[in-house]
Amino acid sequence: MRFIAYTLEQVGAIAAFAGTFFGQLFRRPFEGRELIRQMDETGSKSLLLVLITGCSIGIVLSMQSRGTLARFGAEAVLPNMLALSVVKEIGPVITSLVLAGRLGAGIAAELGSMRVTEQIDALEVAALQPFKYLVVTRVLACVVMFPLLTIACDVVALLGGYAESLLSSDLDYRLFVDQAFSSLRLSDVLFSTAKTSVFGFLVSIVGCYSGYYVRGGTREVGQAAMRAVVIGSLLVLVADVLMVRLSLILFGG
Amino acid sequence: MSAPEAEIVVKELHKAFGDRKILRGVSVHAERGSTVAVMGGSGTGKSVLLKHLVGLIEPDAGEIWVQGKRVDQLNRSDLNELRLRVGYLFQGGALFDSMTVDENLDFVLRRHSKLSRRERIEQIHEAIAWVNLPHAAEQYPAELSGGQKKRIALARAIILRPDILLCDEPTTGLDPASVRTVSDLIMRLRAERGITTIAITHDLLCADIIADHGIFLSRGRALAEGTLNELRSSDHPELQAFFG
Ligand SMILES: Nc1ncnc2c1ncn2[C@@H]1O[C@H](COP(=O)(O)OP(=O)(O)O)[C@@H](O)[C@H]1O
Ligand SMILES: [Mg+2]
Repeated sequence: MRFIAYTLEQVGAIAAFAGTFFGQLFRRPFEGRELIRQMDETGSKSLLLVLITGCSIGIVLSMQSRGTLARFGAEAVLPNMLALSVVKEIGPVITSLVLAGRLGAGIAAELGSMRVTEQIDALEVAALQPFKYLVVTRVLACVVMFPLLTIACDVVALLGGYAESLLSSDLDYRLFVDQAFSSLRLSDVLFSTAKTSVFGFLVSIVGCYSGYYVRGGTREVGQAAMRAVVIGSLLVLVADVLMVRLSLILFGG
Repeated sequence: MSAPEAEIVVKELHKAFGDRKILRGVSVHAERGSTVAVMGGSGTGKSVLLKHLVGLIEPDAGEIWVQGKRVDQLNRSDLNELRLRVGYLFQGGALFDSMTVDENLDFVLRRHSKLSRRERIEQIHEAIAWVNLPHAAEQYPAELSGGQKKRIALARAIILRPDILLCDEPTTGLDPASVRTVSDLIMRLRAERGITTIAITHDLLCADIIADHGIFLSRGRALAEGTLNELRSSDHPELQAFFG
């Protein structure tokens, strides 16, 4: 019972925090400079991690699927299968989960330490609107960068899959590309990539919320980072189920 | 309920966090151009009291007046306007650690003044020269010592030429030489600019240099109040323990 009450309370508080975000979003000043800096940081901090993840996913998927497909005599559809699973599901979700770990924890730790060292209070008393400056910019940066990083992950995963295929058969790359793309619909690609904006929103809102209200010291900052990763990842998974359901309704199977 | 004349007036302030009563009817009075030292053991709510003065914490009961305005009833934009008249020196300095020293100062200036870039740079140089750290401009807060951080934080707090300065333990944790330096700077502000100061301090050397009036907090109330000499000669055991 206590656990349920606590969970509901947290969800309510995060929703209220998200409400503040939307309330502040269109108010001046627009922190353009800081937004660009945050997008740059978000991208440069996590690009390598996303690329490595994508590459490994592509290689492993390709290796493991080949045997299974061969058993049904369907080895030829490997590119189709790879493209479908990477672009529609694995790329977006794995990228977002990796980023929930990397960025969610980073945001919570950074804001948390700014809170306990009174930097957020200092912004507040200098009338520098810390919520706008710290939270709005980070959330927007994630909303923009998650899809871009997802695209990077998808591309590298397909390259990895192709490279792995080359080792076992000399598949022409044009054939591979043709096949891979023939199975994808534009609406699938757009929707699957765009939904990571929602994941980016959830991960960063949770990260900011966890850090923004930390009280105490370094121990509490660490706990906030951990909580941001756990709640952020869970929300990504739950939101994914809901959005896949939605996409089935909108675009059919 | 007319606005009081004095620069800062706190009347019967009450504040609890959950069921922990921190402040139980504290009153403070600071005339323009005076310096009041708030003393007392750690955890008695001195920082909580100071944060009320700039609306960082909202009171449960009581009145807070700054420059004739009721802080606890101001709307957001009026509160922000008032905050620009107040400099706040946080206990650890609270410098923005992702920015260099001059960026820390420029961030405040850029937002709240119409100065050109050149004029801002000039003012920043003047400010860090005033705290006697003219070569710190390019450094990050992490590269500064505790005393240097406090001095830069003081420079940042007064860069907009406020009428009021609030200091939360400006000298705690500093070596004796830095205690003197920081205390002297705070005292000079009053002498040169007529700033009204409220300073929380444990430090008798600092209090002696800067303050003409002291309040001693204990268990959420003002236990004693008066000039430092009056407080020092009090026969209350808690004050005697404090003043040793
Ligand atoms: N925002 C807050 N929420 C809950 N408790 C707080 C908050 N701020 C301060 N406190 C508590 O109030 C008490 C007094 O704190 P403080 O004013 O910082 O003491 P000090 O006199 O040493 O400056 C402490 O026990 C602290 O834990
Ligand atoms: Mg304190």
